[in-house]
This record gives sequence, C-alpha cells and structure tokens, in this order.
Amino acid sequence: MPDVTRMTPADGQRPVDRRRFLTFLVAAPTLTVAARIGLDALAAAPAGAVVPSPDQPADLVDFGEIMAGLTGASAELFVLEVTADNRVRFEVPRVEVGQGVTTALAMIVAEHLDARLADVDVPLSDARQELGLAQSTGGSTSVRTLWEPVRTLASMARARLVTAAAQRWNVPASTLWTRDTAVWSPAGLSATYGSLTAEAAQVLVPEVSPLPKQSGYWLVGQPTGRVDGRDVVTGRARYALDVAVPGALPTVVARSPKIGGTVLSYDATTAGSMPGVVAVTQIPTGIAVTAETFDQALKAKAALVVNWSAGTVDGVSDTDIKARLTAAIGPFAVPPLLSQRVDATFDFAFVNHAPMEVGSAVVDVRADSAEVWVATKSPTNVQSAVATAAGLQTAAVTVHVVRGGGSFGRRVYTDPPVEAAQVSTAIGRPVKLMWTRNDDMRHGRMRPRSHHQLRATYLLGNVLSYEHRMSCVPVDITGSGVGDALVDAGYGSPTVGTAFFQLSEACPYNFGVVTEALAEVAYDLPTGTWRSVYSAQARTVEEIMVDEIARALGWDPVSFRLTFLKNNAERAVVSKVATEGNWGRLMAPGTAQGVGFHQEYGSRAACLVEIDCRTSTPRVTKGVLALDVGMPVNPKGLQAQAMGSLMDGISTILYAGNHLDGGAFREGSFQDFLYAKQATAPLTCQVHVMPATGEPGGAGELCVPAAAAAVANAYARATGTKPRSFPLNF
Amino acid sequence: MPTYTFNLNGQPVSVDAPSDMPLLWVLRDKLGVTGPKYGCGVGVCRACTSHINGQAAQICTVPVSTVAGKNVTTIEGLAKGSTLHPVQQAWLDEDVAQCGFCQPGQIMQAAAMLKTNHSPTDTDIDKIMNVCRCGTYCRIRLAIKRAAASM
Repeated sequence: MPDVTRMTPADGQRPVDRRRFLTFLVAAPTLTVAARIGLDALAAAPAGAVVPSPDQPADLVDFGEIMAGLTGASAELFVLEVTADNRVRFEVPRVEVGQGVTTALAMIVAEHLDARLADVDVPLSDARQELGLAQSTGGSTSVRTLWEPVRTLASMARARLVTAAAQRWNVPASTLWTRDTAVWSPAGLSATYGSLTAEAAQVLVPEVSPLPKQSGYWLVGQPTGRVDGRDVVTGRARYALDVAVPGALPTVVARSPKIGGTVLSYDATTAGSMPGVVAVTQIPTGIAVTAETFDQALKAKAALVVNWSAGTVDGVSDTDIKARLTAAIGPFAVPPLLSQRVDATFDFAFVNHAPMEVGSAVVDVRADSAEVWVATKSPTNVQSAVATAAGLQTAAVTVHVVRGGGSFGRRVYTDPPVEAAQVSTAIGRPVKLMWTRNDDMRHGRMRPRSHHQLRATYLLGNVLSYEHRMSCVPVDITGSGVGDALVDAGYGSPTVGTAFFQLSEACPYNFGVVTEALAEVAYDLPTGTWRSVYSAQARTVEEIMVDEIARALGWDPVSFRLTFLKNNAERAVVSKVATEGNWGRLMAPGTAQGVGFHQEYGSRAACLVEIDCRTSTPRVTKGVLALDVGMPVNPKGLQAQAMGSLMDGISTILYAGNHLDGGAFREGSFQDFLYAKQATAPLTCQVHVMPATGEPGGAGELCVPAAAAAVANAYARATGTKPRSFPLNF
Repeated sequence: MPTYTFNLNGQPVSVDAPSDMPLLWVLRDKLGVTGPKYGCGVGVCRACTSHINGQAAQICTVPVSTVAGKNVTTIEGLAKGSTLHPVQQAWLDEDVAQCGFCQPGQIMQAAAMLKTNHSPTDTDIDKIMNVCRCGTYCRIRLAIKRAAASM
C-alpha cells in the first residue's frame, strides 16, 4: 500500500467534535426516553483548519469516530427508564468484561439524573439487530461514544420528572431541584422519581432545560468503586457457565493437535460408552463430547480416537514466519543523503489473549428458535452466526449478553457460541460448551507475530525523518464487529488490516518527514485483535526508537520527549510521570528507570517504570502512569485500566509469548505462558488521572504501548543492551 | 457410584460421584456452586481456590473422595451472613476487581494465608501464584495488607 507521508505539523490540539442528539419519548406507562444519534452526530470537523500541513490518517479520524459515526447512521436507539419502584434502568449496549463500563455508565446516568448511584441498574442488553454495530464493544470506544447519548437521555428524563413535580405541586418548575432520585421544592415538598414517573411520561414539553450540564459534576470525576464489586467478592457474579439454564449439558471439543486440522474419521466406541456421556458429535472444528458433568466430558474426550487431517500451517515455526515477515518489509522512502541515522529492527512473538474465563457459551437451539448466553463484544454477530449454524432466521435467536471474565480483544469473535449452536442443533438439547485452557492457548486467537524496521535520520540536532515499516501475520479483523464497522465505513482497502493500521498509527513527535506502512504475510492460523491492536507493537517499538534517537542526539529521554512531542497535553503527561516518579534519581547498577508515551483514542498517557535486572528474572519494581482522557468519568476505573495495561506491558516485553512449533502452538496454560503473577508485578503502582479538559477519549487500551515501551526502555538502560525481540525471556 | 458426605459452607452435603471426580466439578455440575471457577484444570491458574479444612486448595485437582468428612468452604461461604469477611471487605475498599473471574480464588488464597500469617510481608505476598489476567496485583497487595491490619 502507498506510504503515507507528511510534513511535521504545527503545534496544536485536534479539533473536538460536538456530538448532537435527538431525544424523544417512547410510548410507555412510565417515563422512558430514547436517544437517536443523528447522522450529523459526528460530522467530520475540518481538521485542516487547525493543522495546515498534511496529516497521517490517524491524525484526522480514528476508529472511535468511525464507530460512533457508523452507529449513528444505523438508527441507534438506547433506552433509559424510571420505574414506579424508583429504580433507574439503563440497558447497556455493551458487554462488561472488567473494563468497568457498567460502573462508568451508571455514574453518567446518576450524575445527569441526580439519582443515587445505588438506584441505577445497568443490565447488559440482549443482542438487538436494530442496534447493529452500535452494540459492539471494542476500540476503547464505549464511554467515548456513549457519554453524550447517555447524559442526554438522563438530562431529558430529569427535565420531565421536574416538570411533572411542578405540575403536581402547581409551582414553577424553575424553583425545584433534584437530588437522591427525587424532586424537591423550597416549600419542603419532595417526590421520588418512582412516584413521578407515570406523570413524567405524559410531559411533552419540559419546563426546564433538558440539555446536559457542562460543569458542576457531583459524581462524574469522583473515584467510585465498581457497582458490581460486592457480587464479585461474594461469588455471586455470574459468567456464562454459571448461568443456571435448565438441562444445559456440559460439552467440550476434541481439537486437532495441529492448527487447522480437521476430522478425517473417528472412533467413539469407548468414549460414547463412558459414564455420563450423552452425545458425541462431529462439528467442523473437531469432535464434541456432551456429558452430565464437565469431568465426564473431559474424560470421554481423552478416550476418543480421532484421525486428523494435516493442519493449515504444518511444518511452519516461528523462524519461518520471521524470515517471511522480514522479507516482506517495504523499502524506506527517504534517502539518507548527508544526514546521520539510527536504524533498528524489532520482533514480537505471538501472544495469546488468555482471558481467565476460557471460551464459553450456553446455547439452546429449539425447533424454531434459539437462546444464547455468552460474554460477547459483538452480540449481533453472534446472533446472526448462531442463526446460520442452527438454520434459523436471525430474529429467532435471542442472545443474552453476560459479563465476561476478561477479553483483551478475544470476545469480539463468535467461535464458542457457534460451536455450541452446532452441537445443540445436532443433539436437540441445550449445551454449555467450554474450551479448555489448552484449547484457548493452542487454538484460540493470537496477537500476530510481527517484524519492524525503523530508521530515523538527523542532522544538526534535529530529526529530519522517521520511518517505520511493520510486517505481521494479518489480524483477523473481519471476524469482528470492529472489522465490519471499518468495511461499512469504506476503510477496507487494500485490506481491512492495513486500513486499521493507518487509522490507528500516528507518530506524535516532530520528526520531519514521517512514513509508516504495514505489510501483511498471510498464514492460515487464528489471530485476533489484542488490546490496542497494532499500537501494542508499532507504538511500543517507536517509543524504544525514541530513546535510541535521544541517545544518539545526546538527550535525556524525558527532555527529548518534552521537546519533540507536538503539544502541551502530550508533554503534560510525560512531565507528570517524570515528576511523580522522581525521574533521574540515582539508581544502583543493574537497575534503571524507563519511560514511554502514547496517544490514541483522543487520549494520551505516559508511563515510568523502575526495573531490577540484577537477578535472572528481571522485575519491574515500580510503575507510575499518567493519563489524560479528556473527561475522566471514574478515576478508579481509569487507574485499574492503566495498572492492567502496565501488566500487559511487563508481560509482553519480558515474559509472555507463544511459540509456534511445526504448525502447533507450544504453550498450554499459565504454567508456560508466563503472564505476570504477583512475584513479577510491581510492588507499587501509582496512576495519576489528569484533570478534565473536554469530552471523554478512550481509555481501555490507551496505556499498553506506553507501559510496554517504558519496560523495554528501562531494561535497555539497566542492562546497557538494545532489546530487539520480545518477549525477552522467550 | 459411591456417595461422599462432607460439610459445604457449614452444611452437610452428600453427593454421588466417581471417586476421582475433581471437587470443582462436583461443586459446579452436581451441587450448583459456581463461585469457584475453571481456569486451567491443572492447578496452575488457581481460579478455583477454595478451603479444605481451612487450607487453600486448588480444587480442580482434588478428587472428591479425599474430601469426605472434611469442611469445604467456597467463596460463597466466606462471609458470615451479610457481614463480609475482612478480606472481602478489603477487596471492596481497595476496589480490587476488574473482570472478577479470578477474584474468588484470590480472596480465598488471601484469607487462608492470613489465618496463619497475620502480617504478611511483600515477600510473603509474592508467593501467591494465583493468576489475574486483568492485572489487579497491586490492589490485591494493598487489600491483603489492609485486611491484615483490620483482623
């Protein structure tokens, strides 16, 4: 694909989109308001008005804006209801996988309605085809895209409740106020929202402003504990396999020892006669065993005799892929001429998502309908995929979205519910299908192996050019709602992956001529979007390169970033971690600090770590992060996301990767997939949330590249080496 | 199929199960107790961690026959009625959880540790092997220290 080249733009912030919404009353006996995001909701702002020189595409529009724009165009409809028993109910068109979206949305509702947080219910919405991609979770877009519609809804509801109280009490609405899920009057009257909701439903024209406030928040911005915290600590939180679906039978699948192998023949004589076994079913991905308990299903699976076909990447190992990735790298565009230069190459291994909850789904296919319970980030994709698997109309499939035990990008795909639907269809019984940890590790999806070549040229203390060529096994973006959104928006050329790369990667530094390009080398193995997708690799190596450029030019890494970053908001987070982390303090030999920066999703973050490399297993001992998300809704949630991102950075740089050995992935569990544990986590971690400056940006994936780079840069400084291949302990 | 009797969260239960069936599946598939989670089935991730006679155990690898006559406590049995165990309360106070899937195991591991070690050091806490893929480790460390101080 053509390189995207631009000159360094002037200092400046990207223009802020104003999002506009229509709200209207839904015919209902109690107050129910809905928002439809207008087509103009995300009308592209004239970016050129602020940034006169050519930008990289990701400077002009990013995935979050496409996501919001597309969902607006597909008749998005969210509903907030006030019930007679004084509950406020907002059906969340997203999935909760630990990122805290339910807490953040409940806070936005409570804030703008002046309801007690404890009075707000945030159930996850079933799949709704009319929502389409607006129901997808991913790309750090949830709060970013829902902030305005949700607060618009809540403000509209509040205005009608106030008006209803004013009419009941025959006083001017402007004299009333709201607090604690009730309306109050100067005369000492009060009425709960529940008692007013029927009258509020009849209010057509509110007598007070229905527009969201722009300041004076009492809850938004306050550190707030998760609304589901008590359910978690008491064991009441229900994941897909915890849902009590009557008659649902435990099911596991025997899978090929090689990636992509299929069943040629099998003998289930022994397995089928084992205690508790109900059915043995061939499905496209293997042989499913259904039994009364998972233990019995697993034992019978082990007794199957299966003759497997060749796999799709038999004989292929990491070294083969690395060689092809290296050969596929495109040429640099800028001739070195008389300048000096810094060159570097980097490699990343495959990395499994490895959420704690393995792939799971409960599916009950009946004659003319089906019901699904699954933690999915793409509910409408699951609905249509299960319909296809079961031979039903899409509308005949009900998908109940349940909380997920982590995702990190894994749950945008539909494979477990599709397998469960295939089995349920075949045996005529509801099934609860579970991937084993081995299944997840060896047949689940991978962040693809990647190769990177970077070159920066400099002269007289200035960076004249910065070029980055990345190659990777394609990310299977088309299997996700993310991919659908991009294709629908016209970003499918030449491939969805390269389009996504160009929309997400932008060099944040004044480095003169900047070119970045992705080449894809196809292999038929399961890949997937992994937290922060290309940025987790591309921006991480860019930040390592920044340290090396700084070193070549004789700069301190922090001073260099503060000088070459493009705007003050970016510099502010770097300054914050440098100050709070006591950057430059004297440290013992074999230990060091490192920093990294990243901006994406309309947000920016920096990370400083301290590492101890004096033992055989290096350990990050301290982390300091700062993030500026424009409008921090829940600082506690943001801190959690930042800390988790640091663990991803530590893990993928130092310890955690997956080997491809002759067509099969080697690692089978957390015994050999070395994701950080308590002993490899920092002893302390501070997260500084910068004050509000505007509308919410994305946060879930934001800190991964900054954290990963900080770890690599600290390692480099502690050991005097140039880390090049990740994870380092592989 | 043999019958095994043990105390589950303070109540005696009897269950018919093969002797080698792991306690995790007995609890989840036969008794409907879903707090302990499957995360690996080989005792590595420790999402299933529960107590057997007060000691932390990875019940995905504990045959049901070995718990006959013993006291089994899962996350559901840790609180005293509506009063949370100090470790659960500390988990709320530090807002530890993210996805929450590993946390029943993390809490049971910490609760077992605090029975014998009233003031765990960072080195003691480093020995906890429970995996948290969301990366809540720093808050777990704070919560264990908070719980220790409150007990």
